[in-house]
Amino acid sequence: MFHIVRDPLTLTIMIILPILLLLILGFAISTEIRNTPFVVFDQSRSAASSKFIAKMDGNAYFTLVNALSSESDLETAFHRGECKLALILPADFGDNVPYREAVDIQLVVDASDPNEGSTLVSYVQLIAAQYQKELIGRASAPDLIQIETKMLYNPQMKGMYQIVPGMIGLIMMLICAYMTSISIAKEKELGTMEILLVSPLRPALIILAKAVPYLFISLTDVALSLLVAYFILGIPIAGNIALIVLLSLVYTLSALALGLLISTVAETQQEAMVLSGIGLMLPSMLLSNLIFPVESMPIPLQAFSYIVPARWYIDGLRDIMIKGLGFKAIVLDFFILLSMCFLLFFVSIKKFKNRL
Amino acid sequence: MKVIEVHNLTKTFGSFTAVDHVSFEVAEGEIFGFLGANGAGKTTVIRMLCGLLAPTSGKGSVVGYDVSKKAEDVKKNIGYMSQKFSLYEDLSPVENMELFGGIYGMNRKQINKKTEEIIKDLGLTKERRSLVGSLPLGIRQKVAFAVSTFHSPKVVFLDEPTAGVDPMSRRIFWEMIYRASDRGTTFFVTTHYMDEAEYCNRISIMVDGSIKVLDTPERLKNNFGAGTMDEVFQILAGKSKNQVQ
Repeated sequence: MFHIVRDPLTLTIMIILPILLLLILGFAISTEIRNTPFVVFDQSRSAASSKFIAKMDGNAYFTLVNALSSESDLETAFHRGECKLALILPADFGDNVPYREAVDIQLVVDASDPNEGSTLVSYVQLIAAQYQKELIGRASAPDLIQIETKMLYNPQMKGMYQIVPGMIGLIMMLICAYMTSISIAKEKELGTMEILLVSPLRPALIILAKAVPYLFISLTDVALSLLVAYFILGIPIAGNIALIVLLSLVYTLSALALGLLISTVAETQQEAMVLSGIGLMLPSMLLSNLIFPVESMPIPLQAFSYIVPARWYIDGLRDIMIKGLGFKAIVLDFFILLSMCFLLFFVSIKKFKNRL
Repeated sequence: MKVIEVHNLTKTFGSFTAVDHVSFEVAEGEIFGFLGANGAGKTTVIRMLCGLLAPTSGKGSVVGYDVSKKAEDVKKNIGYMSQKFSLYEDLSPVENMELFGGIYGMNRKQINKKTEEIIKDLGLTKERRSLVGSLPLGIRQKVAFAVSTFHSPKVVFLDEPTAGVDPMSRRIFWEMIYRASDRGTTFFVTTHYMDEAEYCNRISIMVDGSIKVLDTPERLKNNFGAGTMDEVFQILAGKSKNQVQ
């Protein structure tokens, strides 16, 4: 029965993985939203409005990132991905509120994730009620601050808008990395890699030759996923298709490179499966904003999420597909993926050479 | 003409010396048996000669190319077959040949011509379009041999090519080697079967990283006063430091 200690991989997976999963899922992952960046356009510039803004900012849920001076800046702030929420306080805020007269404030919310959007609205409602209580000692209706909400990008609040681009990212990672790593590990297991290595082919060429068919199949997959999303699930594709293809291309390449990297380490198909299963699927699912907001996770996990390709792809894909934004919005995502791609290919070719 | 020339070839891994100042020469068309117990360093020598592993010191040249400096040229001129019969199991024998012909830079016409020649020569007409995975071991071994010699290499390295194969298929296999050797191909063979060792023109026996003896099977048997190669091998391998007494 102690024979299992001779198999450190299995043992590690069985002992460490549950603990790790429990910690990540229990500790870090919550649907609670913290530190949401917001901007404000304060038309009244009064003591009362400043106090309200300070109350928002002082809250753990929100962080003020910019005070706008005109309504037109609003659009830019959203397009740059600077904020998820904008607060527009009317000019009569300072005149009315201290005298217990109701005002209408406007709330613009990024609702590409509808759950997050409605949670944010309810947080603002709560803060408004507290503000009212402090001011007049009564939190109940009639409300002093009437909140008018505008849900951006996803006015019908469909959950699929959020999930579908995320799922495409996850599925692509699964197909590309998983399959590539297994295919090379298979050649090692069967010995065909050995005769490729004694042949005059250069290692880089062997690696690229393995990657090319998978790249074509993966891109076909992206196209199929988008067709299913559009025609069957009814998700509008708001942005530029060419841009989606471009972003998917670099993402697919980086996923392929990750698969290749895994296959340079793994000697058997089974090892490749375990490594890509745990090493890629979990981070891609948990740390990519697919389901759980990364912003509310502990700092170390947030830091780790920066090296997860799916995080950048899903972010960019949502920007183009759902929000209809242009290249400017995904510039960061694109170049991070591109550099990951180069780095991963470089490292896997290097590692592959060293194994000879 | 010497096809393989090795002089004081040495490979160390950390403090472990896997191959210790090995020197030998192999002539064109020769069948050279490279024997030794498991762990004696045979595979390390083969890997160095195939340009897969850089020697720590010493010199080795194959078909006139230095193995540490001209690995690319070495690789172009050699064939290699291991005990795994490394073939693509989801390709047919013909497709495997086409693939490797292409890898070695042969053109369509050369490939087709050679394929027909080999299929006829080895009697693979019936199996030419079946998937390798569905073929019996003996046939697979033939196909692997065909693939390793497909690009007409000057030297072919056979690393335990008959491990796990029945005696009948082994005989047929050695007949293939002889025929190719008559046409001038040089063979560098490792094996654990001592009857096969007798088929070789010359034999070296490696013990603990160095070559203990190198001669024709006849003379080795005479020198050791042994009736078979098996006895010679037992005497030498028994002297290994790693041998469990």
